[in-house]
Amino acid sequence: MSETNAPAAEVPIETARVRVGVIGLGKMGLSHLAMIKAHPWVSVDAVVDSTGYILDVLGKYTGLKTFTSVDEMLAAVELDAVIIATPTKFHAPMVKSVLERGLHIFCEKPLSLSAADSDELAALAERRGVVTQVGYHNRFVGAFREVKRLLDLGAIGRVTHIQAEAYGPVVLKSRGSTWRSNRNEGGGCLYDYAAHPVDLLTWYAGEPIGVGGTVLGSVFSEHTEDEVFSTLFFDAGVSAQLSVNWSDESYRKMTTQITITGTAGRIHADRQECQVYLRDTAPEIEGYETGWNVKYTTELTDEVWYYLRGEEYSAQLDHFVTRVVEGAVLGTNSFTSAAATDHVLELLTIDAAAGPSTRAATAAPAPVAKKKGLLPWRRA
Amino acid sequence: MATSVETQTGAAATAAPKLPRLLFGDNQFFGVNHMSEEKARAQAMRFQDTGAIMDVLDVAYDEGITSFMCTTHDRIAEVAERVRLDPTRYADFTFQPCMPYAHKYADAVTENGMLGALKRFLPEEGLMNAALRGGKAFATKDVEGIITLLIDAEMAMFRGVETPVIWLQNVVVDLLLGLGFKDAFAIFDHHVRTKYRAQPGFITMNLPLLLDALDEAGLDNPIVCSNINKIGFRMSGGIEGYQRVLEGRRFRAVAMSVYASGAIPPREAIEWLSEQPNIESMVFGASSRQNIQSTRRLVDEFFGV
Repeated sequence: MSETNAPAAEVPIETARVRVGVIGLGKMGLSHLAMIKAHPWVSVDAVVDSTGYILDVLGKYTGLKTFTSVDEMLAAVELDAVIIATPTKFHAPMVKSVLERGLHIFCEKPLSLSAADSDELAALAERRGVVTQVGYHNRFVGAFREVKRLLDLGAIGRVTHIQAEAYGPVVLKSRGSTWRSNRNEGGGCLYDYAAHPVDLLTWYAGEPIGVGGTVLGSVFSEHTEDEVFSTLFFDAGVSAQLSVNWSDESYRKMTTQITITGTAGRIHADRQECQVYLRDTAPEIEGYETGWNVKYTTELTDEVWYYLRGEEYSAQLDHFVTRVVEGAVLGTNSFTSAAATDHVLELLTIDAAAGPSTRAATAAPAPVAKKKGLLPWRRA
Repeated sequence: MATSVETQTGAAATAAPKLPRLLFGDNQFFGVNHMSEEKARAQAMRFQDTGAIMDVLDVAYDEGITSFMCTTHDRIAEVAERVRLDPTRYADFTFQPCMPYAHKYADAVTENGMLGALKRFLPEEGLMNAALRGGKAFATKDVEGIITLLIDAEMAMFRGVETPVIWLQNVVVDLLLGLGFKDAFAIFDHHVRTKYRAQPGFITMNLPLLLDALDEAGLDNPIVCSNINKIGFRMSGGIEGYQRVLEGRRFRAVAMSVYASGAIPPREAIEWLSEQPNIESMVFGASSRQNIQSTRRLVDEFFGV
């Protein structure tokens, strides 16, 4: 273990104190701050945001030590770990400078806007021996964890196909620009929304060997995509279909769902429940029987020390804190696994730009590729 | 126990009246179901017409469940309008607004950023425009001014109907709690009492921690609503922690998620609840006459009429 882990690892767990700085106080940053601040092993010693307003209010009413730049904070305060929740375009340089100081990092998803950058960050983190984690919280949702467990047990035999979907009401009309509507800053349905089901796919099936038929379609946004559709090809004849749309008002909030078909059954899961059909050819799994089985969130979810918006958000932070205290470099959602997801996001971008692979002889050229604003692979 | 009962009785002489034993919740009307997305969607379909909501509220009202604990969803404005228009029929009907309606703000934050969202929801009145122009409330980080204006904006739809309790919703309570922003609880409490002559209530998923924070904010005997159920579902701090505060702390407990989203059979759930000390009230949601009646009967049976 490297020196960077020494302070926490030498302290008995029950008296451990992890000194944390939180960088970025948008919706996710504030939410992380509230949860981590309540964690019994953590003291939040500094917060950073580039805009002074929220920072000043927090400083005034909660007494938190505030900074407007990461470097300033790192120079002034001794920390064990940071949480980074800034817009994605800032992740790579920030993560790098924090890694160079040997601190542990929890970074919001996606890790970066380029697979090469993410690979570099993962390699650097490994050299420094620090604990890294990326905020793919679905891997901490009880129902999605149960899917993983069942797959590892071979419950539905040989998997042939996975359908990964996410829908929700984020962009429902044309409107002005924020970082979320700008692909160069990490906005858009692909990085902001599709990243979640894609990450579940890489968790369940590994990295794909290729993708095809990708559509990055605009519904309302001028400068980025609002829908993502694609076919992903994996080893051993496994395929997956990805269907994501963040301009779907029929959903009250983001709904992610996974359907997996295998030779011995089928699994369907969302964050509330896991529905499993097992054929009589399926292996014996404790608590499951042949035919339909339904497991609800009430039985699949572990208690958390603090609840805000869903157990999974607390559970992922708890996992990070525990890993820091124990000096456990290996764990769920490391930079390496997040980099694998970034590889897929990049493949989807390249494939979408290529347009249809098989064209009808008389058909006009695909209009999608010519639409204004759908040239997302051109980065500033 | 005797001491705490005496204390409560003593306080009751000056305090506000007790809450009704049963409060009617609104999750089922807005596609919120913690168990199943399919059920949630089916409910959203059934209740997209306000008339269907009123039909269920009428059943509850006729069963003597007259208090409606509701979000400040736009559709609730229509319910309030119907109640306002028929004062004879709804003479005893009261609303217990839970604010803010979080999705409204979450979506706005996504769309406009934090400050943009705040500006969007403030009432468009001279006072605020002046404050914005002069940069007063914002420039001085006058959080009290901002919070009270947001409350007023949320309460606009309830003008002319009874709102004896006004709740601060759990996502906000638990966010403020985690951040350590205790002043906000006191500001909410004060504004609800003085401007609306109502009792403030706090909804949380972290009951033991919140009670400490409310104490520190100087709020005595607060009304607090939290998940309280036999299997400890979403009771952060653990079921024993909840039982300890129910036993020993001075606060007015309202139980929600008593059935743990359907994981506990109703009879078993309510019988267990009735054995817990100091439960003042229970909120439940139902869509059918049968479920409303059977809940009413079970509560009467175990808590006494």
